[in-house]
Amino acid sequence: MRQDAARTGEAPATRTGAGGGAQPMIELVNVNKWFGALHVLRDVTLTVAERERVVVCGPSGSGKSTMIRCINRLESHQEGQIIVDGIELTDDLKNIDAIRREVGMVFQSFNLFPHLTILENCTLAPIWVRKMPKKQAEELAMEYLTRVRIPEQAHKYPGQLSGGQQQRVAIARALCMRPKIMLFDEPTSALDPEMIKEVLDVMVELAHSGMTMVVVTHEMGFARTVADRVVFMDRGEVVEVGPPTEFFANPKSERLKTFLSQILGH
Amino acid sequence: MTPPPAQSATIGATGMPVRAEGPRRPPALSVGPVGWLRANLFSSWLNTAVTMVLVYLVVSWALGLISWGVLNAVWDVPGTGPRVDTSACRAVRGEGACWALIGEKYRFILFGLYPFDEQWRPALVVAIFVALYIVSAMRRFWNRWLGLIWLVALTAIGVLMWGGVFGLPFVDQERWGGLPITLILSTFGIAFAFPLSILVALGRRQTAMPAVKALCVVYIELIRGVPLISLLFMASVMFPLFLPEGMNIDKLLRAQVAIILFAAAYLAEVVRGGLQALPKGQYEAAEALGLSYWQETGLIILPQALRLVIPPLVNTFIGMFKDTSLVLIIGIFDLLNTAKTSIIEPAWQGFGVEAYLFVSAIYFVFCFAMSKYSQDLETEFNRHRRR
Repeated sequence: MRQDAARTGEAPATRTGAGGGAQPMIELVNVNKWFGALHVLRDVTLTVAERERVVVCGPSGSGKSTMIRCINRLESHQEGQIIVDGIELTDDLKNIDAIRREVGMVFQSFNLFPHLTILENCTLAPIWVRKMPKKQAEELAMEYLTRVRIPEQAHKYPGQLSGGQQQRVAIARALCMRPKIMLFDEPTSALDPEMIKEVLDVMVELAHSGMTMVVVTHEMGFARTVADRVVFMDRGEVVEVGPPTEFFANPKSERLKTFLSQILGH
Repeated sequence: MTPPPAQSATIGATGMPVRAEGPRRPPALSVGPVGWLRANLFSSWLNTAVTMVLVYLVVSWALGLISWGVLNAVWDVPGTGPRVDTSACRAVRGEGACWALIGEKYRFILFGLYPFDEQWRPALVVAIFVALYIVSAMRRFWNRWLGLIWLVALTAIGVLMWGGVFGLPFVDQERWGGLPITLILSTFGIAFAFPLSILVALGRRQTAMPAVKALCVVYIELIRGVPLISLLFMASVMFPLFLPEGMNIDKLLRAQVAIILFAAAYLAEVVRGGLQALPKGQYEAAEALGLSYWQETGLIILPQALRLVIPPLVNTFIGMFKDTSLVLIIGIFDLLNTAKTSIIEPAWQGFGVEAYLFVSAIYFVFCFAMSKYSQDLETEFNRHRRR
């Protein structure tokens, strides 16, 4: 049992899962993963506390997407431990299903279901996975669609919406499952510049509401204003972790210095 | 400095030709039917010549068809049964059709050797089948009642065909024939082959269970590798040899199973094409939401994959509908076989064209309906793609 007495104080009382507030929400311990012979995650160790917002950045191919996709088992890791909400991720399908119910994910390419309306996209999982009555699921969906500011599009199909609107629907869809954790895999990378802000605004709001968030992004402004900690990954390793002020002002490693100069230099 | 707008307006008014108000129209000769004809049929001397020759051929062929099929056709001949006198038909052979054959034989072609006085039963069966197709085609009935409707309809069809209850005389399966056989073989064929093909296609993409995958691959390759005729032969001739003494599964059922297995192998590959066309993100999004494998497959994957493959799917259905006619080689009297048999009597020998045209028309009606319906379905389903 991992106990961290120092953290008990910051865990809020709303916590429902087994184990109380002493455990971190997400815990990766020495995680290793290979794609064939390619070593894509090397001894990745990272903990995310409840209500903590962690931004992950790094050059492309650094393994940041793979890492975040391991957290809800879209990818399986080969060595090490991943514990989410007190449940360890193994080949056990029951555990995987239990974790996926509590972890929402937003993808780079939205991945809305094109044959369903916006409302149906949002109510699908609550109805089928949470066994919620249809009417209640629709009310819930409308609540979240209002929160992402597109309730009027509820009866359209995803193809009729702009990229920014689709991504906000994707966020609402994930929130409808009332997850404890939200994962964002480069949520703004496929968007036209003028639509990035509307999505980031929604994410900032979500962060202020106290959601536990892990965000892979290149939006350094978002990292600065919202993140509790910023993680820098390169070549499958976690190179540096720190609060944003420290992270951007005093990068310690050469690799992070180079990276920051590349993305902030122009 | 920009010139004052008044100046440019003056130039426009004085130095340029005055144009009519409103948007410009294209030249009259380049649009409409006249424009189309000019562009496509008479754009050069060569094209004009080709057009003239083709028009001549089409018109003369159409005139020939009308004179053969209508003007010179024989609609009725004296006598009936064995005493029929077909000399009137023989007199105009080659110049006129002998539709008298259809008048004399249509009940045999449609219902085969089914007892003559009981032929209202297969006629009713055909009507039930058609009603069943229409009901199944309407999306308003796509709910849990549809299964019940099918169950009731198929039970009614069985009762009507076999009889033996409700005061209906029993009719042995050996005497069934014509259109009901074709509809039974193709309806059951599609109704069973389609779900089977979906399972096989899903199994073939299953990477977590290599044994299931291998089984599906072997099934598809084995069945696709042999002609349907040889499967039918195996079902009718070889299969009974392996059964224990005294046990017998009837010929129609064996042919039916052969057709189902054959069609399912082809359909499975069509369905697999649809599964492969879906972006990986759809699977991932469904998984990330916590949907189980069957929820993901039934709610997200199949609805999209099957829509994508409606054209090749219906193509295979239509092919299958016509392929049922191959059962004639194992002695089952389907629609094509009854047509062939109807001209076996000496009096009617040589009037195959008329008999085959008649059944072709029936096949065409069913196939065209399927084709038309699939087009409507495609438009309907792809509505969400329109902006």
